This record gives sequence, structure tokens and C-alpha cells, in this order.
Amino acid sequence: MALLEVKKLGISFGGLRAVDDFSMTIEKGQLYGLIGPNGAGKTTIFNLLTGVYKPTDGTIHLDGKNITGKSTTEINKAGIARTFQNIRLFSNLSVLDNVKAGLSNRYSYSTATGVFRLPKFFKYEKQMTERAMELLRPFDLQDDADTLASNLPYGKQRKLEIARALATEPKLLLLDEPAAGMNPKETAGLMNTILTVRDDFGVTVLLIEHDMYLVSGICEKLSVLNFGQLLREGPTGEVLADPEVIKAYLGE
Amino acid sequence: MKQFLKPATRKSFITYLLVIAAFIAVEIMVSTGNASNMFKGLLVPFCVYSVAAASLNLTVGILGELSLGQAGFMCIGAYSSAIFSIVTKDTITSAWVRFPVAMLIGGISAAIFGVLIGIPVLRLRGDYLAIVTLAFGEIIKNVFAALYIGYDSSGLHVSLTSQGDLGLAPDGKMLINGALGISGTPKDSTFEIGFAVLLITLIIIYNFVNSRTGRAVMSIRDNRIAAESIGLNITKFKLITFGLTAFLAGIAGALFSHNLSTLQASKFDYNLSILVLVFVVLGGIGNIRGSVIAAVVLTYLPEVLRSINNYRMLIYSIVLIVMMIFTSNAKIRGFFTASFMKLKGLIIKNKSAKEGE
Repeated sequence: MALLEVKKLGISFGGLRAVDDFSMTIEKGQLYGLIGPNGAGKTTIFNLLTGVYKPTDGTIHLDGKNITGKSTTEINKAGIARTFQNIRLFSNLSVLDNVKAGLSNRYSYSTATGVFRLPKFFKYEKQMTERAMELLRPFDLQDDADTLASNLPYGKQRKLEIARALATEPKLLLLDEPAAGMNPKETAGLMNTILTVRDDFGVTVLLIEHDMYLVSGICEKLSVLNFGQLLREGPTGEVLADPEVIKAYLGE
Repeated sequence: MKQFLKPATRKSFITYLLVIAAFIAVEIMVSTGNASNMFKGLLVPFCVYSVAAASLNLTVGILGELSLGQAGFMCIGAYSSAIFSIVTKDTITSAWVRFPVAMLIGGISAAIFGVLIGIPVLRLRGDYLAIVTLAFGEIIKNVFAALYIGYDSSGLHVSLTSQGDLGLAPDGKMLINGALGISGTPKDSTFEIGFAVLLITLIIIYNFVNSRTGRAVMSIRDNRIAAESIGLNITKFKLITFGLTAFLAGIAGALFSHNLSTLQASKFDYNLSILVLVFVVLGGIGNIRGSVIAAVVLTYLPEVLRSINNYRMLIYSIVLIVMMIFTSNAKIRGFFTASFMKLKGLIIKNKSAKEGE
């Protein structure tokens, strides 16, 4: 059974049809790419998948469960985590606390337990810190654990966002332009990180990216979006060689 | 020291030590007769305003939402605890039992109102939230100012028009007398109890901030959309924080009402809310220790300046402006940090030079 099944998804903002009749199937463990020119509706699809927008039409199934129209919080609990195109970290919290915030629902104890410092507090906080450090290690962030998130350099901030998303133990990880603003060397490092994350954490990855080096390097399958509609889908090599796709990107 | 105390823990312990040291210093001053009557009279208000300011800092600094309803919650706490104390004055004679229960009742009733008001109000953000909480604070104050409650052998009588309307039997007793407020509250508030309440409040606040809930609340403050994306329930955490703020404000109100023999609702107008907010802003938003210090300094200052009555408000406002510049201007703050570090460096140098000799 497919992990994510999107059928005939659509949303209108007033008279504007931002996404129309969009379908997509992602298998478990796949590294899937969503590409398309600026304004094609890629981030809108992310926002639909994570419940930021409610779709006007269509359905979304995660692991066989219907999550159409659920809230962002519920969808995260169901197993979708994401990063953002414009980085959204908890800038006044330390790197460690950013990840620990992501662990909130996995190591849940009540407010009273925290205020009265009951034994469960110490036990869970210790486990949380250990788990958070484990999550920081693959991103080479373990030495920055006490740094304020806003003081991290740009590349590390992007990585921290991924670590935080992974803390919620998602089945599906959505990455919105993870390589934006990175130089070729950083991008190469990021590609390795994404592959490691997929293999070590056993998550399925769906990513939006403009960097064709990254897309052709790691994505197994692609969907190309143009003016809110699906232009082409299939294995990466085939899709990128398609004249229609090249036309949409470069014009005639 | 650094190895086994995390920075957050160290910060809270320094605050506890400061408060305890201040308490001991005051106790010594009072017992050696070095404290003026004016100063002694201010001891309980110090605690009241410190608790109110520290708890408001939870909503303003930790949750990042501007609330101007603090006086309203203090009002609820003050009235409900005072009513409890007056009613049980004859049955529970020990103030050591009665007053803590009264404070808890004050805190819990304020928290209930806090959550009830919070459910609709916390959908708003920024200025709008400030306006609505300000309005709710005023509504609470005005309702209490128009409330007449008395009891006699046939039970409780409530009226919103006048005392005569209650139809109280001759043996009846007034509890709340409209705009005249409550009188006959036992004077249970002492500096010692106030100090204990302040210390417990600080422990609650610091423990709250340094727990899973506090982390979630600060995540919501820093980035609501990201907080939702990692599965945090925004409404729940906002309500918990707002409720805790109201609870502690209610306790501050209880402390306040048991320090005065008569209490009018008009004391809890928006000026009080703004005053508490001023403590929070000047002490540093999100800085709990700063709130306490600002509350004490700014409560003491107007009273000290009473002797030069004509210039009192002038000096008070100058101090406010200077404090604002000092706490908000990064350059000036940087200058002081730099000179402090230099001084520290000099001392260490001297020390090592002496050791070298």
C-alpha cells in the first residue's frame, strides 16, 4: 500500500485556482521530488498536505488513513512533518530546546509534573535530552546544542529544522527547498544528509527543490507542477528529459 | 559550578537567593528598629506587586501576548478570598489555616475566570488581545463595584442595584457593599507570608518555564506556524499559561485584600494593570527576576519621594525614562557589560599578579 495517496486535490483562493486536479502516490521509503516553475503551487501543495490550508476538492490519505481537512497538529501526530521555505525556527530557544520542543508529544508529561518536579519530570527530561542529542548528531549539530537557534549560521539552521521535524517521528518528511541559498559544497553535504536521514530514520521524503543537481542526484521519482496542474510524473531521468518539462522551465 | 548547574537552573537559583537575602536584610532592619513605619507598611505591597508582575511576565514574556487584564484577576482573587475569610473568621480561628485556604480560593477562582475569558479572547493576537483583556478587566471591576451581597439566617442575598434591595434580615451581615467594597477582612497578610508566597510563585514560574510546557509555550511565541507543524496544541498551551497567570494574580489579590481592612473594587482599575505591565516592561520582558526588582523599586520610589511632594512625579517619570533607555538600548547595555567585563578582568589580573609575587 502506498504511504501517501493524493487524489484530485484542488484549492481555490477566491477566483484563483492555485492547485487543480492534482494526484500523487508516494511509496514507503521513496525519495520523491516535486518541481515546477515559481508560482506553480508547490508550497501550496505542502500547505494542503500539512493542513495549513483546507482543500476545496480531493482527498489525502496517509498510510490508508484519511487526513483530508484535519488540523496541522493532528496531521503531525498522524505522521507528517515538514520544514519551511523561509526558515521557521524557535529563534530564542537553544538548538537543543528546538529539538526537545519537537519531542514534546513523544515524551509527554503534565504541566503539574513539570511545576512540582515529580520524578517523571527528571526521567523524561533526561530521555528527551539523550534523544535530542541523537537527533542532532547526524546533522553535525551536537556541539552547538547550547547555542541560540538564531545565532546558528544559515546552513545549520536548515539542518536544525530537519532535525526538529524528525523529532516528531514522522512517516513522511516534507522538505521545502532545503538547498535554497546553499553553495554547491553545502548542497552536496545536504544530499548526503537527506540520504542518511531516509535510510537511518526510515522516513519517506518528499521535497520541493529548484536545484536540479540535487533533484537529479537523489530523487527517485518526480512530479512536475505547472500553473497548479500536474504536467508530468515519473522516474527522475525520464521526466527531466521531457520536452514539455524543459519548455515549462525555460520557455520556448 | 558550571558543570553541574545548567544556565537556566543557575538563573533561577540566583533569583531565589536574591529574594531570600532581601528578606533576611529586611527582617534584620525591622528587628533592629532601623525601618521606618512607611517602609514597614510597604513590605506587603512589595510582595503583592512582585507576584503580580512576575506572573504577568508569564503571559507577556513567555507566551508573548500582551494582556492588560491583570487587575481584573487580582480583583477576583481579592474579593473571593476576602469573602471566604470573613465568612469563616469565626469558625476557623487560626490564620495559619484560614489564610492559605483563602489564597488558594482566590487563586482558583481567578484561574477559572482566566480560562473562561481565555477561551474566546486568546483567538486574538497583539493589540486586539490587549484591548479585549483591558475591557474584561474593567468589566470585572465594575461588576464588583455594583455588587451587593449579604447573608442572614435564610441564606445568601445578592443584588445588583442597592443595599436595600437585598431584603436582609436585621441579624444579617453585609459581605460586599457595592462601591464601598468589603470591610472587616482579617488582616492576615504579613511580610513573612508575602515572602513565602513570592518565593513559591518564583519557583512555580521558573519550574514552569523550564519544563516541557514552558518550552512548548516559548515555541509558540517564537513561531506559531512551526509550533503547529511539530504537533503542539496551540490553544491548550495558551490557556494553561493564561490560567496560571490568572491563578497567581488571584493569589496576589488575596495578599492585597488581607492587608487592608476595607477594600474597594475601584482599586483594581486599568491603572493597576498598566502599572503591573510597566514593572514587567522595565524589568525586561521575559526576565522574571527583573520583574520582581522593578516592582519593588517602582513601588518604593513614589513613597520615598513623598517628602519632596512637588517634584515627586517629575522624578518618578525621569527614573522611568532612564530605566527604559538603559534596558532597551543595546549600545548602552553593551557599554555596561563591556566595562563590567573589564573590571572583572582587572580583578582577576590583580589576583593572579598577587599570587605570582
